[in-house]
Amino acid sequence: MSDHALTPTHVAAPTLGRSMSLLALAVALIALPFVVKALGQPALVPLATRVLIYAIAAASLNLALGFGGMVSFGHAAFFGIGGYVVGILYRTASDDTLFLGFIPGTDQLLVTLPAAILVAGLFACVIGALSLRTSGVQFIMITLAFAQMLFFLFVSLKAYGGEDGLTIRRRNELFSLDVRDDTTFYFICLGIASLVFLLLWRIVGSRFGMVLAGIRQNERRMAAIGIMPYRYKLAAFVISGMGAGLAGALMANYLRFVSPDMLHWTKSGELMIMIILGGVGTLLGPLLGSALLVILETVLTSWTEHWQLVLGSILLLIVLFTHGGLNGLLIRLGLGRSAP
Amino acid sequence: MMEHATIQPLLTIRGLRKCFGGLVATDNVDLDVRNGEIHALIGPNGAGKTTLITQLFGELIHDEGEIRLDGEEIGDLPTAKRVRRGLARTFQINQLLPDFTMLDNVALALQAHQGHSFRFFSDARKNDALRSRARQHLATAGLSHRAEVNVADLSHGEQKQLEFAIALACEPRLLLLDEPMAGLGHAESEQMVAMLNALKGHVTMLLVEHDMDAVFALADRISVLVYGRVIATGTAQEIRDNPDVRTAYLGEGDA
Repeated sequence: MSDHALTPTHVAAPTLGRSMSLLALAVALIALPFVVKALGQPALVPLATRVLIYAIAAASLNLALGFGGMVSFGHAAFFGIGGYVVGILYRTASDDTLFLGFIPGTDQLLVTLPAAILVAGLFACVIGALSLRTSGVQFIMITLAFAQMLFFLFVSLKAYGGEDGLTIRRRNELFSLDVRDDTTFYFICLGIASLVFLLLWRIVGSRFGMVLAGIRQNERRMAAIGIMPYRYKLAAFVISGMGAGLAGALMANYLRFVSPDMLHWTKSGELMIMIILGGVGTLLGPLLGSALLVILETVLTSWTEHWQLVLGSILLLIVLFTHGGLNGLLIRLGLGRSAP
Repeated sequence: MMEHATIQPLLTIRGLRKCFGGLVATDNVDLDVRNGEIHALIGPNGAGKTTLITQLFGELIHDEGEIRLDGEEIGDLPTAKRVRRGLARTFQINQLLPDFTMLDNVALALQAHQGHSFRFFSDARKNDALRSRARQHLATAGLSHRAEVNVADLSHGEQKQLEFAIALACEPRLLLLDEPMAGLGHAESEQMVAMLNALKGHVTMLLVEHDMDAVFALADRISVLVYGRVIATGTAQEIRDNPDVRTAYLGEGDA
């Protein structure tokens, strides 16, 4: 069948194949909680929730890294900040005090999520404004440095648990839904993740997205057609940080716990690994990568404590042989299949 | 030449100087490019032609002197702002967006020309106005049939023509052409000359080129740059007859 992949018919096939596989993916994600429960594996629902949350973070990072060519090694900072916004607002609400003397706490998801997005965006704006004056390896290092500064800030923040972190006794409330229920929370995350992916899809194809992709390919060319790269890169970096903050806020709710670990540089690394596994600069790649990494981690840790050794080998194989991660692999397989 | 002195040139360069350590790449250059003319800049390798273009375009900042476009100093503006004022250039070493198609490359230049691109929602590739105008530009450059081909898959000659199409999409008042013929085959080269000729009078051009046949065919005036210094400016005939130029560049007995 794959012999036919290069015949002219394949021009129309990707769009059809793509919308079919998108539909299949949507059906699978909606059916997932019911199927795994029917199979007697309800513990898979929280696992899938984690996949979705990491997918939001990785997809957001991918906007900067994959589409914009800004290899940020500090996105865990925004992820962690999102988490701490939820944690601190919850603590402030339960203590009935004011954060910084004027901000009341809350446990309403409709408030905490926008707050997390906003605060993460502000941090991304400051960190991005400074970091984007550099590029290449310096940019990687300076984003890492900023993230580590924030990591140590939260470690030393004894009022909010220091390195032990902050427990959130109950998940944030959304209307009168039973958010403690894993399936309900899964669907909340699925809804938010769908929105994020929809938004990213629009952004990538928009005028802004075209400029961003142009800057990744050749900054000199972009300046020569009258584009100031810096402001577009900064805007992408901020949007990217906001997405990571949103994911962090969901993660804090999911775990009912936030700690400086969320800001640790290894978390930035994990997000990057997800992108690389799934496909750099692709829309669904981060979702695939997140799924693969979370599943691998779960399966491999049950076999051996040296699971990262196996993970490393798999990462190596994917980078060397798939040409564009899982996404690239699937597209080529999908093409083969969609031919009649 | 003095009868033109009352008309303000489009580009005025005065006392432009650029040093790299001990090397004086641009040595006190004075140059005028008049509205509507094709002004060729010739000189031996290493004379500082590309360095001069790069300074005019703001990718390299000059040490001293002034650069005026239509009387306004642009020497302290960043490249993107000079482009907004009406400057465009082509590159000797192609600077294109390799993952994009030809059409994307041109459409993006048109998009940039329309103002800011902080528009996040509607699909830029489905903007009919942008796309059809980009197609027109490609047609002008004789590239219609290759519009949907990725730049990375184009021949060198096609990339050169695309450079040109992108520069035109910026609707420049002054077009800086850095060796547009370099690396082109004979037929492609002739095609490029024809395109430049068709534009003559509509767009003012400063043309750096080694192909002397092309230069003499196209240029209204020629300036000769040697060791970063303009040693002569004049019509093709004046330059041919100039003894300094003959010794320094054209090669005595060759002309």
